[in-house]
Amino acid sequence: MSDEPGIKKFMFVNRKAPYGTVYALEALEVVLITAAFDQDVSLAFLDDGVFQLRKGQQTKGIETKNFSPTYRALEGYDIEKLYVEKEALAARGLTEDDLLVDVTVLDRKALGALMDEQDVILSF
Amino acid sequence: MPNIEVNGKSYETDEEGYLVNLADWNKDVADYIAKTENVAMSEQHWEVVDFLRGYYDEYQIAPAVRVLTKAIGKKLGPEKGNSQYLYELFPYGPAKQACKIAGLPKPTGCV
Amino acid sequence: MLHIVNKSPFSSQALDSCVQVAPGGDLLLIEDGVYAASSGTVADNFMRDIMKRFRVHVLGPDLEARGLADRLIDGITPVDYAGFVDLVVRNKTCQSWL
Repeated sequence: MSDEPGIKKFMFVNRKAPYGTVYALEALEVVLITAAFDQDVSLAFLDDGVFQLRKGQQTKGIETKNFSPTYRALEGYDIEKLYVEKEALAARGLTEDDLLVDVTVLDRKALGALMDEQDVILSF
Repeated sequence: MPNIEVNGKSYETDEEGYLVNLADWNKDVADYIAKTENVAMSEQHWEVVDFLRGYYDEYQIAPAVRVLTKAIGKKLGPEKGNSQYLYELFPYGPAKQACKIAGLPKPTGCV
Repeated sequence: MLHIVNKSPFSSQALDSCVQVAPGGDLLLIEDGVYAASSGTVADNFMRDIMKRFRVHVLGPDLEARGLADRLIDGITPVDYAGFVDLVVRNKTCQSWL
């Protein structure tokens, strides 16, 4: 639980790859709206969700908006807690250097513990 | 969908007057939209509009007012990075009105 | 025949089912299915086994959208939308493993 009165800990759990389904984009939009409420917001990227943060996305060919640059705007919205699942990165042949924002890499156990501490979980 | 006519060319807008196609934007279109909003574009107005376009180019979203204010303060100085200054330039809201003039979509979360 | 897979191999059984059922032929990876064409993942060896039986193609625009164009496994052929149509036309039947 959060220490400050009136402030809750929100975690957005992202488990889907971008573009194939609309989950990733929807999550990002809700995150941006939630930012206005001055809560303690964090984003967790698990499983295929880590693909959302992949560098070098070029969506011209699929005529879909490339929303990956928007993850870099989160810092300006005071959303600085981005957690990425270590095992998910490794399974997909990715390292931190392949991601387009600075993140904290945590193993599954640590992520689970963090999830346990939240007041509100939003699942995508 | 409604259209606006500028210099003999027609541009598609939505019901609220936002440009549908980002690529349609140019300074004449911006001037036209500003007039419909009763905003007389000055150098200070253009500064904010240019900033918004730069922000959109980089992040692919129109910033929330709070974020815009902070970012403008960082780039153009604290005397401009406050909501009073921005509301004087754009009385109906810097994000909403300035975004419309800048040819950007309405900021996410803005109703 | 042509088999089309549009799901990530890390979150769906679609590719598994496809290659267990189908004896061979053309396999086209599209949408989130293109993640299977990326080298260095836990599905890398699985994919290389599949390539012994199937002619594997991947939709280029989907690969680029996901930032994976520089990671394509050697031997998998990128195709554009016209190439997609060619594959459909060239094969008598087509199964999408949705």
